[in-house]
Amino acid sequence: MNTETLISARGISLQFDQRQVLHDISFSIAQRQIVTLIGPNGAGKTSLVKIVLGLTKPTFGQVARKSGLRVGYMPQRLQVEQSMPVSVERFLKLAVNARSSEIDRVLKEVGAEDLKDSQLYSLSGGELQRVLLARALIQDPQLLVLDEPAQGVDVNGQAELYRLIDDIRDFHNCGILLVSHDLHLVMAATDEVICLNQHVCCHGHPEQVSNDPAYLELFGKKDAETLAVYTHQHNHSHDLHGEIVDGEHDV
Amino acid sequence: MMSDFIVRALLAGVLVALIAGPLGCFVVWRRMSYFGDTLAHSALFGLALGLLLDISLELAVIFACLVLAIILVLLENRRELSTDTILGILAHSSLALGLVIMSFTDNQLNLMAYLFGDLLTASNRDIAWIGAVVIVVLGILFTQWNRLLTITLHEELAHVEGLNVIRVRLLLMLLIALIVAVSMKVIGILLITSLLIIPPACARMFSKTPESMAAIASLIGCVSVCGGMTASWFWDTPTGPSIVVTASLLFVFSRLLGLNAGAAG
Repeated sequence: MNTETLISARGISLQFDQRQVLHDISFSIAQRQIVTLIGPNGAGKTSLVKIVLGLTKPTFGQVARKSGLRVGYMPQRLQVEQSMPVSVERFLKLAVNARSSEIDRVLKEVGAEDLKDSQLYSLSGGELQRVLLARALIQDPQLLVLDEPAQGVDVNGQAELYRLIDDIRDFHNCGILLVSHDLHLVMAATDEVICLNQHVCCHGHPEQVSNDPAYLELFGKKDAETLAVYTHQHNHSHDLHGEIVDGEHDV
Repeated sequence: MMSDFIVRALLAGVLVALIAGPLGCFVVWRRMSYFGDTLAHSALFGLALGLLLDISLELAVIFACLVLAIILVLLENRRELSTDTILGILAHSSLALGLVIMSFTDNQLNLMAYLFGDLLTASNRDIAWIGAVVIVVLGILFTQWNRLLTITLHEELAHVEGLNVIRVRLLLMLLIALIVAVSMKVIGILLITSLLIIPPACARMFSKTPESMAAIASLIGCVSVCGGMTASWFWDTPTGPSIVVTASLLFVFSRLLGLNAGAAG
C-alpha cells in the first residue's frame, strides 16, 4: 500500500504577545492515515490546525506539504447570517474548484441529499455539519482537516459521524486530521492520537495514549478510565439526527 | 413639462440606486453599516481637502474614501482595539477635521447640500462621474460576484480553498468607497448608509438567492428615488431626505406584507 506523506510539521512554535501558544510540535500525516488531535480547551488545537492550513504563520518551525496537495477543510462552525438567502446547493457551488456535477454525489455521500434546496440558515447543527463536510469533500481532497466535526451533534449522531469519516477515508483514500476534545468516540476510527497541551504530551495509538500517564494527568484519571474503555453496547445505531437506523453495530 | 434638471436628477438617482442594491446587500450580510457611515464622514474630509487645495472635488472625495478603506483593512488586523472603536474614531475625527478645514476656505459652498444631498442641481458633469463609477462597479461586481459571496460566507474556508481573501475584501471596501463618494451628491453624507441598507432589508423577505436579493434591492432603490423625487416635486420637500423616507415606508410596507404572509402561512 502506498502511504505517501501528505504533510509534515517540524518544530512548530507559536507566540502571541509573549504568550507561548504552541511549543516545538512535530508530526506528519500520511495518505489513508487518520490523525486525531485531542486536548483540553486552550491547548492550542485550533491554532495548530490554522498553521497546518496555512491560515496562520508559525513563529518558528515549518510545514512541508506534498506539492499540489488538495486540502478539504471543515471549519468548527459556520455563522450563517439570516439576512443572506443562500441554498445548500449554491453554498456547495461557491466552493473554489467546485465541479457542479459532483454536488449530488457529495451530498449523497454525507447523507444530506434531501437538504439540497434548503436554505443554509434553516439547517440544524447536525445538518449544517454534514453540509460543511460535503463542501470539504467537493474539493476531492487528499488531506481532509476536520475541526471538531461533532460539535452540536448528539452522542449517538457522533458515532454515526465518525463512522462516516472512516468511510470517507476508504472511499477517497485521503489522510485526515481530526480535532476533538474527547478521545472515546474517535478511538475506533483513529490511527494515531496526538495529545496536545501547548506541547505534545504524548502520542501514539489510541489504546497506548489512553494509558499514558501524561494523558491521564491531563484529563483526570477517573474521567480518562471511563472514557477510554467506552464501547457501544447498543443493538441499533442512530443517524446524525438521533433517529434509529438499521444496520449491524460491532460491539 | 419635464425639465432637463429633473431628467438629470432622476438619471443620477437611478444610477446610484442601481449599484447601491448589490453593494448594500454585502453591507447587510457582513454587518458593515457603521463602515458605510465612517466612509461617508471621511467623504466630507475629502471634500474640504479638495476645496482647500483647489483640486477636483470628486477626485478628492474618492481619494479620501479609498485611503480610509485601506487604513481600515490594515487596522483590522491589529487586536488592541475593536473594529467598532476604530470606526468610531475614524468617522468622527474625519468629519470634525473636514469641518475645521472647511472653515479655512473662503467658499460659498453650501454645507447642507453635502450633508443632505442636492440632487436637483446635478450637472452633466455629475452624471458623467456617476455613470463612469457605475460602469466600473458593475463590471467588478459581475466578474467578482462569486468570490465576494464566498468570502462573505466564510473567510477562512475561502482562504483554504485558495482565494486571496485580503484582496477580495479590499476590493469590496473600495467598491463601497466609490459608491459613497458618488452618492454624496444624490443623498448626502448623513443619509448615504440608508440607501445602502434599507433596500436590501426590504428585499430580504422576497428573495431565495443572493442574486434575487441584489436585483430586488436595486429595484426598491430606484422606486425610492422616483418616489422621493415625486414628493419633492409636488410638496417641495428636500429631495435626499424624501428618498430615504420613501425607502423607509417601503420597508415598513414589506414588513407588513411579511407579517401577513406569515399569519396566512
